[in-house]
Amino acid sequence: MKFLSKLGSYLLFLRACFRKPDKWRMFWRSFFSEVYKMGNDSFGIVAIISLFIGAVTVIQFGSQLQGSLVPMTILGRIVRDANILEFSPTIVALVMAGKIGSNIASEIGTMKVSEQIDALEIMGVNAASYVALPKILAAIFAVPALVICSMFLSNVGGAISCYFSEMVTVDIYIQGLRMDFNGFFITHALTKAFFSSFLIATISSYNGYITEGGALEVGSASTMAVVQSCIAIIFFDYILTQLMLY
Amino acid sequence: MIALNGIYKSFNGREVLKDVSAKFAKGKCTFVIGASGGGKSVLMKCMVGLITPDKGVVDFDNRDFYGLDYKEKKLVRQEIGMLFQGGALFDSLSVEDNVAFPLRMFTEMNKSELLDRVNFCLKRVKLENVNNLYPSNISGGMKKRVGIARAIAMNPKYLFCDEPNSGLDPLTSRVIDELIVEITEEYNITTVINSHDIKSVFDMGDHIVFIYQGKRLWEGNKSEINDAGIKELQEFIKASRF
Repeated sequence: MKFLSKLGSYLLFLRACFRKPDKWRMFWRSFFSEVYKMGNDSFGIVAIISLFIGAVTVIQFGSQLQGSLVPMTILGRIVRDANILEFSPTIVALVMAGKIGSNIASEIGTMKVSEQIDALEIMGVNAASYVALPKILAAIFAVPALVICSMFLSNVGGAISCYFSEMVTVDIYIQGLRMDFNGFFITHALTKAFFSSFLIATISSYNGYITEGGALEVGSASTMAVVQSCIAIIFFDYILTQLMLY
Repeated sequence: MIALNGIYKSFNGREVLKDVSAKFAKGKCTFVIGASGGGKSVLMKCMVGLITPDKGVVDFDNRDFYGLDYKEKKLVRQEIGMLFQGGALFDSLSVEDNVAFPLRMFTEMNKSELLDRVNFCLKRVKLENVNNLYPSNISGGMKKRVGIARAIAMNPKYLFCDEPNSGLDPLTSRVIDELIVEITEEYNITTVINSHDIKSVFDMGDHIVFIYQGKRLWEGNKSEINDAGIKELQEFIKASRF
């Protein structure tokens, strides 16, 4: 019952968010600032994680393939597909849930408890749309862009790992990367990234928006935003994979 | 003029406002007084549309606020200015951008017109050369003054002040009180003030509404307050004076 009540309140919040902005000029200014903040500030962490995911994947699959009759060119293909299909979209989404999700929830939560949201409402501004819509649309734009970077960097990480581990030569690894490429996997990954970014931004905004109390509640809202976003990402990851790949 | 008629509000079965009716005249400062937890803040939130009352009418110059549609409500809200207890300034914006915010949102002023209006409002609240400071860099009294400047930027018809003196020293409180009175008279605004500060009530209150345990127990002028014959009101005033 409580879950249904929360879900209803979340859907009503979304309806309020997706109203036409009061002033387009202010909306675009806020949108571009959010895209820059989310994309630029998160690129470093995404790059580091992606390089290491690629490197570790090569070592793990490579160690299992060694000594078998399977040609080592398959290593590049396995790493590429694993990164594109699962590691990049899902792990980047989980990292983003921690980074931008907590940021969005605490920013909006602080605005709520310090009556800034009330001030917007009293002025006649649609507060939900003003504070959350630029963040939601910016996330939908920035997260898939970061996932694309992650796909590329994780494969680069794999190549670096091949170079240092001498498990397989970089040439053979690259040969594997270029083998039997299925473009639909990119579509699948970007669809997952789109859904994940929407879930992160809306769940976090909602948790911030319903905050009441003080600093303690802002902290709780931030934690709830991350936990709920992570669960939603994993759940939709499974649903989308089942629907699109099976 | 703002008129309240039979306002009821309860939270989880607990009645916070019970049949509150009152009138707030144009060009006057009306004080809503009462003990903490008595329902003053809920009443003000019902008046400005932040909380929807369970029953009753909030009437802004013969416009029943809760009977209006979304767009009409929005227009009424643009006629409202509000000074919050903590200022409620936007942390991410400078003083200038805070005051300019409603103007940017609801008018088509160009940059120079906007800056002129912002500077006029800041000068009106006796603040100058603070345009580029951020809320975290200014004192509590300055925050309240910026809050007043933002509230009057759109030439409001109605001004609501929630505990305007809380957390301020007596001198700054006096400055804020004088500003509110001057602005109310100058622009002929309907001003509603929630306050515990009996000194301010007697200094600047044209009309007083006393709320006790969610009910409006008394309404009248400050000259009549001592003869009101309401035990709860006399006790509240006595306690506040000491």
